[in-house]
This record gives sequence, C-alpha cells and structure tokens, in this order.
Amino acid sequence: MHKNKITQALLLAAGISLVATSFSTMAANVPAGVKLAAKQELVRGNGTEVASLDPHKTEGVPESHVIRDLLEGLVNQDAEGNTIPGVAERWETTDNKTFTFYLRKDAKWSNGDPVTADDFVYSFQRVVDPATASPYSWYLEMTTMTNAADIIAGKKDKSTLGVKAIDAHTFQVHLENAVPYFVMMMGHTTVKPVHKATVEKFGDQWTKPENFVGNGAFVVSNWVVNERIEMTPNKYYWDNAHTVLTKVTFLPIENQVAEMNRFLSGELDFTYEISNEHFRSLKKEHPESLQVKGNLCTYYYNFNTHKKPFDDVRVRKAISYAIDRHIVTDALLGQGQKPAYFLTPEIIAGFSPTLPAYGKLTQKERNAKAKELLAEAGYNKSNPLKFSLLYNTSENHKKLAVAIASMWKKTLGVDVTLENQEWKTYLETKKQGNFEASRAGWCGDYNEPSTFTSLMEGSNTTGGIHYQSAAYDELIKRGIETTSAKERTELYYAQEALLAKDMPIAPIYQYVMARLVNPHVGGYAANNAEDKLYSKDMYIIAE
Amino acid sequence: MFKFILKRVIEAIPTLLILITISFFLMRFAPGSPFSSERTLPPQVMQNINAKYGLDKPVMEQYTTYLVNVLQGDLGPSFKYKDYTVNELVAAALPVSAKIGSVAFLFAVFFGVSIGTIAALRQNSWLDYSVMSTAMLGIVMPSFVLAPVLIYIFSIHLGWFPAGGWLDGSAQYMVLPVLGMSMMYVATFARITRGSMIETLNSNFIRTARAKGLSFPYIVLHHALKPAMLPVVSYMGPAFVGIITGSVVIETIFGLPGIGKLFVNAAFNRDYSLVMGVTILIGLLFILFNAIVDILLAYVDPKIRF
Repeated sequence: MHKNKITQALLLAAGISLVATSFSTMAANVPAGVKLAAKQELVRGNGTEVASLDPHKTEGVPESHVIRDLLEGLVNQDAEGNTIPGVAERWETTDNKTFTFYLRKDAKWSNGDPVTADDFVYSFQRVVDPATASPYSWYLEMTTMTNAADIIAGKKDKSTLGVKAIDAHTFQVHLENAVPYFVMMMGHTTVKPVHKATVEKFGDQWTKPENFVGNGAFVVSNWVVNERIEMTPNKYYWDNAHTVLTKVTFLPIENQVAEMNRFLSGELDFTYEISNEHFRSLKKEHPESLQVKGNLCTYYYNFNTHKKPFDDVRVRKAISYAIDRHIVTDALLGQGQKPAYFLTPEIIAGFSPTLPAYGKLTQKERNAKAKELLAEAGYNKSNPLKFSLLYNTSENHKKLAVAIASMWKKTLGVDVTLENQEWKTYLETKKQGNFEASRAGWCGDYNEPSTFTSLMEGSNTTGGIHYQSAAYDELIKRGIETTSAKERTELYYAQEALLAKDMPIAPIYQYVMARLVNPHVGGYAANNAEDKLYSKDMYIIAE
Repeated sequence: MFKFILKRVIEAIPTLLILITISFFLMRFAPGSPFSSERTLPPQVMQNINAKYGLDKPVMEQYTTYLVNVLQGDLGPSFKYKDYTVNELVAAALPVSAKIGSVAFLFAVFFGVSIGTIAALRQNSWLDYSVMSTAMLGIVMPSFVLAPVLIYIFSIHLGWFPAGGWLDGSAQYMVLPVLGMSMMYVATFARITRGSMIETLNSNFIRTARAKGLSFPYIVLHHALKPAMLPVVSYMGPAFVGIITGSVVIETIFGLPGIGKLFVNAAFNRDYSLVMGVTILIGLLFILFNAIVDILLAYVDPKIRF
C-alpha cells in the first residue's frame, strides 16, 4: 500500500547507512509558481491545553504537536511518513543492537550552543531517571535499551543506560535485543533532546517563554494557559533559511463546534479535528477545506475474559461476528473509516494484516455463525445473554454503542446495558476489571505493528491484562527476540491469527483523521499516517 | 462598621476550613487518579510519580501538609499542568474572569435597572409588555444557546467579532462573551427592579410625597429609587459570584482562559491541587461578596443598621 514506507523500513532493517542527500530534507518546499502571502502566520487548533512543553513529562497528542516544532530529535518524518534525518544526518548499525548516529555539525540550540551527543546522553538518561517521573519512560524500556528497565525500577544508576557520546557529534545507543525498527522509534516526542544547562538552572520552569531554549525550528514566545501558545522562528536552527512562517500560534480548543466556528470565521488555519455530526454538512458546504487521511489507530471493544459471560470464547466470537462493521463505517461514521477485523490497521508500514476467516464472510453468514455459537454456549430465548457495555462519555461512542447494541439485539436477542463513564472513572473501572465489555481504541506510538500487537500482551494493563494468554505472550517475546525481519513479520501474522481465534477484542474500525484546512495553507502533510505535521514545512499561499 | 467587618472575617475562617476539608476528601474519593492514563503506567513509574507529588503518603498526612502550605499561601504544583504552580495558574486566570465578569456585571446592572424602572413607570403599557417579554426570553434562554447564536450571526455571517479567544482582553474579543454572559442577568435585574419599583411607588410614603405636590421625576429619583433598590442590591452578590464562577459555559464556548475553564478541566483531569486551589478561591469570593452586599444593604436600609 505504501511502498516507499516498506522500502524504507527494509533499508533501515538491513542497517544500510543512509546519506542525507538521498532524501530531499523536508522544509517548506514552495513549488515554483506559488505566490506566497505577505503575512506568513499560521494558526493551528490543538485540542486541549498541553500538560507540559517538557518532552519527558508529556504523553498526549496535543503536546507532541507543539513540541515537534520546538525540539528536534535524531530523526524526523517527511510528508509521507518516511523517517528522514533530523539532528542525525545519517546512522548505521550492523546487528540492529548497536546504533551509531552521526549528528549534523551545524545543529544549534536557540541560544547558539551546538547540539552535541552529550545532549542526547543527558536527555535519554533523564527520561529513565526515576526522579524525572516521566509518564512515557516505558517507551525506552520498549526499545530494550541496555539497563533502561532496571534504571526505571530504581535498581541501577541512570549512568548505566546504554547510550554513549563517542565524540561531540557521534552518538551511540546499545540495545539488549535486536530492534530493526529502532531508528523509526527515535521520532517520538519522548526521545527529543533538552538543553541541560537550561533545565538544571530553571527546573520545572525551563519551558516558560522567558527561559526556553530549544533546538527545533521555532521557539516559544508567548504562552497563555488555556488560550494560546505562540512561537517564532529559531534563528539558530540549522535549516532556518528554509522556514517560511514568521509566527505559529496553537489554540487549545476542546469543543469541536467552537473550533469549527473559529475556523469558519477565519480565525484558524486548520482544526485539530471535526465533529462527526458536522462532517456531512461541511463536506457539502466547504469541500475545499475538508481533509481526510488514514490515521494509525484502531477502534475496538474489549472483553473481560476473566468474567462471565465473556470467559467463553464462543460468546466473544458471537458478539464480535454480529457487529455489522460496514454499517458502522459507512452509515454511522461515513468519513472514510474502514472496517477492522484485526488489531493492526492496514495503513501501518511494512505489514499488511490478512483478513481472518470471519472477515471474509458476508454479514449474513457471520450472523448465522454468531447465532450458532451463542446457542452452543447455552444462550437462547428462555436464557438470553445479558451484559453491560462500558464506554467513556462521548457523543460518538454513544452513537456507536446504541447502534451496535441494537444489532446484537436484532441478530442474537442479546440484552445490552449501556454504561457511560467520564474518562478518569472509566479508566479506573477498567483498571479494576469491573466491566464485561468495554469500548477502547489505540493509536500507534510508532509506525510498526508491535505498537499494536504488544497491547494484548498479558502484562499490558491497557488491553492484555483482560486476556492473559501464555501462547500470545510467547509470540510477542519471540517477535522481540528474533533478528530476522521475515520471521518477525511471520510472527505478527501469527499474533493477529491468534487474536482472531481467541477474540479477546472485537476490532470495529480503522480511524481516519478528518480536519478543516484552509486551502491557503501550503505544505500540509496530507498523507502522514501518524499526523506528524511540522510547521516548518508549511507556508501561506497568497489568495 | 469596623466591628461588623471583623465579625464577618472571623466567621469566615471555620467556613473555609470546612470547605477545604470536605473538598479535599471528596476529591480523593473520586475514582481515578491524576496520573491514570489509557496505558496504565508500570508500577515503578507510578511509584516514582506518586513519590514526586507526595501521593505515596497516608491521606491524613497529605491533608495536614496541604493545610500548612495553604496557610502559607502555597497552593502547590498543578498535577496536570506540570510547568505551572496552582498559584501561577489562578493568578493568570482570575484577572480574565474578573475583567469579563465585571464588565458583564456592570452591563447587567445598568441595563437591567434602567429597563426595569422604565417598565415600572409605564406599567401595563405596550412598552412594559414588550420590554418584559424580551426580558423573559433572556431568562429562559440559557447562555449555551444564546452564545452559539451570537457567534453564528456576528462572527460567521457578519464577521464583525471574533468567534473566540481572548488576546489579552482586547475590546473586540469581549463583546460577544459579555453579551452572552449578561443577557440572563439583565433580564433578572429588570424583573426584580420592576417588581420592587411598582411596590415602592404604591407605598404610603410615596403617596404622601405626591400629596405634597412634588414632581413625579423628583419622587422617583429622590424617594423611590433607593428603597426600590433593596432587592436589587441583595441580588447583586449572588449575581456577581454567579457571573464569575458560572462563566464555565461562556469560557468554554469562547475559549477564554478564565477560572471557570480552569476549574472544569481540573476536575476532569483529577488535578487535585488545582481543584482545591480554585475551590478555595471561589469560597473566598463568595464570603467576600456576601459581606460586601451586607455592608451595602446596611448602607441602603437603615432598618438593618439599627
């Protein structure tokens, strides 16, 4: 599907060092003939207020959007989602365990200091340092970076982390297992560098505009909590010559309708998202502004396999089969979402999940099979199946839950109690295991199947904890340990096949990202599956 | 008067203490924690985070530590907004709510009292009916309906005013929020003023004044207005606090960085320290404005003073 991405992953996997010139390094590439507007200022909707601008203290998407403009990691992504050089202009590995990154010599912090390998050593150690209490420190543990797990647990000193500055511009990482997609993982917010002297001088206050020092294309110039974050170009950024925008503003607008109104009145250049209810009318009235792209996320219902009635695989299968996913994607959502019969979305790089047997049936056949399975499990008219479906409070989740519950009622005669809870309460209920079936969703942290399949590992409290399959955990373990890319892919197929067999979750649909983008915005990455948008690549076209 | 104020201050202390205690424990008993997220954190990471914010200590110890800090004016670090302390957040948000709130309040009082007085003087005329039925519409139309209508007309269609934002409180950003926030209070003030004014105009001392041959405008301004204002003044306290704290809806719709928005986000995020900080602030405001109203009433109505 995305051939270039697959090639890219293979190249990385083979450990071929890549020369920067083989890519057109992204920057605002204004095509010839495009006339730029006199005023180069961009206003972006950004969902909720950011929890922090410190990359080692955040975990959310809105934070990542802002930090991506302020700090630059070892690698970036291009408009298509390919990994391209960032601070590292090239890298090499021979065993997928030891990675050497060669940093560009002209990379500078916004105070003029050079960006060095020591900055990365300091930053990576800071992520795993228990004193930082980073909510995403597990991300480094997942890369199997030497000693990361022990440092997080407080068993070893942070200086033992598998990172080393060979010289000022050569940074080396050592992993305990071979991870061929390691370089791709280095595009994440958690592994962005911070300026040691600034962090040590100002502590928690270092991100304030008056103290901020970053190495990204922009620096924070103004921050009003719950209203706006403004940034201006970092004149020391190595590629500043190609930055076209003179100012970028992020507005935290949680309410989708409020955000849409501000777009329509011309105050926003693009929105964070749009509401489902307005999609059709926007498509009719503002087709030129509507942008829809695949998004690396899956929507599913998960079953509590430790509790009746979902301790019986036949019940889980019956309930999953009876969901008419086409009605969900075409009639209820209708933005281009695709039905899901697997956990890993099809848009993922380097892997195409195969349709399991039940996905190949027609809905009529699936319904017949579902009835059969439920009868086998001992449920019938005199003993109807009853359960409750938990979801976090939201109009969209409610709409889907009501529709799906009526499918179950109609096809199987099942009585479903819908239970909605506010987000934090919902998380707590799930954590305690006080549910029978529940709505869930997951977006990839990086563009590789393990970011999804590892969800169902027994130790994973988001999903796998309600599944607990030794066989599945073994497949995950082998996937991490293998050094063969081919075998790893085989293992991903095996993992998906086991999920279809055990049905601990009922995958429902694959997300799309729909938003309003003013046509005068140039350089918007309309095909980036992880929605990694860099303001430095954008510009405003003259009307 | 000094004794009166001192008494109010002393009375406020136990009220605040009870408020802090109840909200502290209610917040802890709400399911979910400030740090629960979709991917539950590994236990050791959770432990590190809890240790950092003192959540690993027994609840009673957390409570006493919190009380001691509050007495020193330290509301602690925000659990959600990690780059800010609660003091900083509240200090930034309060002026926004205060500015928009005071403008909306003055607008409501001025127009409410004027409309109410005019309606009372022209009782049962077409002017009275039309003004009061419009006022009724203002009362029954909640701000979450009114505000989007205003945005639709004045921002999207006419393009006169921005649909949201604050931009340091510049005038064009304030017009729609002020209208959205004050319409209900304009209407309420108008109804209260009208009722009270009619009652006053029918009372014996006004009849005496008229019998003495004083001109009607003179009677209204010098004799009727002050006693007629009593219920209006009583309503000012709750109205002011209501405008400031109840601005949640308006602040959300218009994306204003005020106290109301801070409070709602804090509750959803289980940002314990921020919820507590805003609760204490609102409690203080309530006590303060009730005291001011009492003092005003004592000034307007001699019966209270003596």
